[in-house]
Amino acid sequence: MNLDLTPDDLAFREEVRAFFADGIPEDWKTTVRAGLRLPPETLVAYQRRLAARGWGAPTWPVEHGGTGWSPTRLHIFWSEASAADAPAQYHQGLELIGPIIFTYGSKAQKDFYLPRIIHADDWWCQGYSEPGAGSDLAAIRTRADRDGDHYVVNGQKMWTSYAHVADRMFALVRTSAEARRQQGISLILVDMDTLGLRVRPIHTLDEKYHTNEVFLDDVRVPLANLVGEEGQGWGYGKVLLDRERMVAAATAMFLPQTLRAVRDAARRRRMGGGTLLDQSGFRAKLAQVEIEAMALQAMVMRLMADAAAGADSGPRGSMVKLRWSELIQQATALWVEALGPAAQHFGALDDGDAPPDMPLALQGALYSRVTTIYGGSSEIQRNIIARRALGL
Amino acid sequence: MDFAYSEEQLMLRDSVDRFGEDRWAGADRLARLAEGPEGSRRRWAAMAELGWLMLPIAEAEGGLGGGPVDVMAVMEGFGRHLMTEPYVSNCVLAAGLMHGGGELASDLLARIGAGEVRVAAGLTENDGYAIEQVSVAAIDGPGGVHLSGMKTHVEDGADADWYVVSARTAGAMAERDGISLFLVPRDAAGLTVRRFRAVDGHRHCTLMLDRVPATPLGERDRAADRIDAAVDRAIVAHLAEAVGSMESATAATLDYVRTRQQFGVPIGTFQVIQHKLVDMSVACEEARALAIVATRGMTQPGAGRALIAAAKARISQCGIAVAQQAVQLHGGVGTSEELVVSHHLRRQMMLDLAHGDRDFQRARFILLSAG
Repeated sequence: MNLDLTPDDLAFREEVRAFFADGIPEDWKTTVRAGLRLPPETLVAYQRRLAARGWGAPTWPVEHGGTGWSPTRLHIFWSEASAADAPAQYHQGLELIGPIIFTYGSKAQKDFYLPRIIHADDWWCQGYSEPGAGSDLAAIRTRADRDGDHYVVNGQKMWTSYAHVADRMFALVRTSAEARRQQGISLILVDMDTLGLRVRPIHTLDEKYHTNEVFLDDVRVPLANLVGEEGQGWGYGKVLLDRERMVAAATAMFLPQTLRAVRDAARRRRMGGGTLLDQSGFRAKLAQVEIEAMALQAMVMRLMADAAAGADSGPRGSMVKLRWSELIQQATALWVEALGPAAQHFGALDDGDAPPDMPLALQGALYSRVTTIYGGSSEIQRNIIARRALGL
Repeated sequence: MDFAYSEEQLMLRDSVDRFGEDRWAGADRLARLAEGPEGSRRRWAAMAELGWLMLPIAEAEGGLGGGPVDVMAVMEGFGRHLMTEPYVSNCVLAAGLMHGGGELASDLLARIGAGEVRVAAGLTENDGYAIEQVSVAAIDGPGGVHLSGMKTHVEDGADADWYVVSARTAGAMAERDGISLFLVPRDAAGLTVRRFRAVDGHRHCTLMLDRVPATPLGERDRAADRIDAAVDRAIVAHLAEAVGSMESATAATLDYVRTRQQFGVPIGTFQVIQHKLVDMSVACEEARALAIVATRGMTQPGAGRALIAAAKARISQCGIAVAQQAVQLHGGVGTSEELVVSHHLRRQMMLDLAHGDRDFQRARFILLSAG
């Protein structure tokens, strides 16, 4: 059992630490700690800075323009990013469609799209969910019918995050009606400025604009934008199963940022002769979340060790996602609790500034409710674990 | 980053498992417990022959110099098969307290490793788990040091031949300075041993000391650090035991829900049952990952104390929750004496209490991670 870093790893850590030591502006901090996305233009600039350093695609193999880093290096990279209050890289292109393209895409697709993902030339959104297809994704009804060298796409996508800023969408569409619903589903790449495609915002409880409905009316998509084979789109999601553990791991590694925010807020709040952090009741609650977060970090390390050893992690990715989402909800709720009356101050009606951390802390707490729903709800994760790990 | 055991550690783990299957089969558990100390002595002698008892003891003291990860490989099996032999109290805790502690200690250590004597540690006094809460008085006299006072809980102390006792040579109750360690034989004049059993089959005792002659062990007045280090080692060994027990209880429950029929189907086909089992398996994963990281932390002196407190707190929570659910999902039969699941629950509850329960450990984590 060896969790130590080699001298090379330690040198790499210094390099990464130096990179993050500057270029992470102070005014990003509260947004990042709240688990919220920075403005798209900020994230694009950040991604370009990473790409310029050669670190644009940390989880990709070198042949596709990635870093080819070992799991140990990835762990170091994310640890340092997390410690520096740096944001997580936007994942829809990098972690969701990129790997599918380099695994199943044509040479032309790889040559065109992959560098554009790394250099943030394209912002991608994911057209999977529909009004009638949430957890039951195979129920999608959006149709793509052949017409010459194009598909004609009709239907509606929902919960399409950042469709309003995206240049392209990867979408699951039905290209034939088969007895088995998972068959006849294809994966296509759609330019967002295609005629007939319309984006409408969905307003959410946190009052931050993340997500949309996307309507497709006779949207013409070149046949060349089909990824892999027609009717096989459902199976391409499987390439993500192996990678999703890394996404879950990376996400979980940013949890300590939120806990730092809770501590800072509790230390700022005067109470009795001291601060809220001196109150044993609050301190015990915070310690409980900190301890569970330590357990989560231990789970992440184990998962990364699996990856390093080339071992199957089984359902560990699902387990990490399940625990992380519960803990980010608890941590942001504790942040709101630490702010006390200040948390009531969501927005000024006249002039004046909001109190420190507001409204982002409250938006983070509200937004965190979606973490147990998106990317496979907690109930779906439990079904996956029951099936894959327990054989039930 | 490597979370795997070495080949040797895997062999050790498998050998403990075989021993457990052989000598502590769940179906024979009540018979084993009914044998009392006699059966335990036979198994202890067998463990000595296998070299397990000398494993954690330093080579200079007649042991094999095994580290925390080796102990983990042993203790998992103790947990899986709910073996009640006093391994942690003797070979980890007492051995840790006695390491480098002088001639008598060195001699006793070699004999612990050979299975010839048993030594238990008397650290806990009324009201608390804090190791600095020491009121047993050590009084110097013409015939050497004499101890007076009471040690409330001596883990596995009922059948011990010697006791390592913490006592106050200076300072006031709850001060770290002024605590010293002493060795006391079971038949010492003035020593009363009140034996009792816990609900998990372990046999403990209370020590009443009335001017008991004692042999000093280690540096006078400065035993607190030594005690902390040894207790941390014992805690970490218990973490592995807890994880083994949790995994075993979860596996037994998984088997049960696959076979138990109600409403004409196995109850494991019900989603509500599946999700509870998932939560048990997530808790097992959480506990195992944390136990590994905490155990690994032991090999970096001083670095891992807050981590160990955190791991003890969380693994206790997970362990009790898992064992409670194991009983729940077995239904009525889960509460029976005959079935092994209820024994896992009882052991998890006692493991929680050993060296400080989850709330105590969380408070310790707060102190150790202050800043």
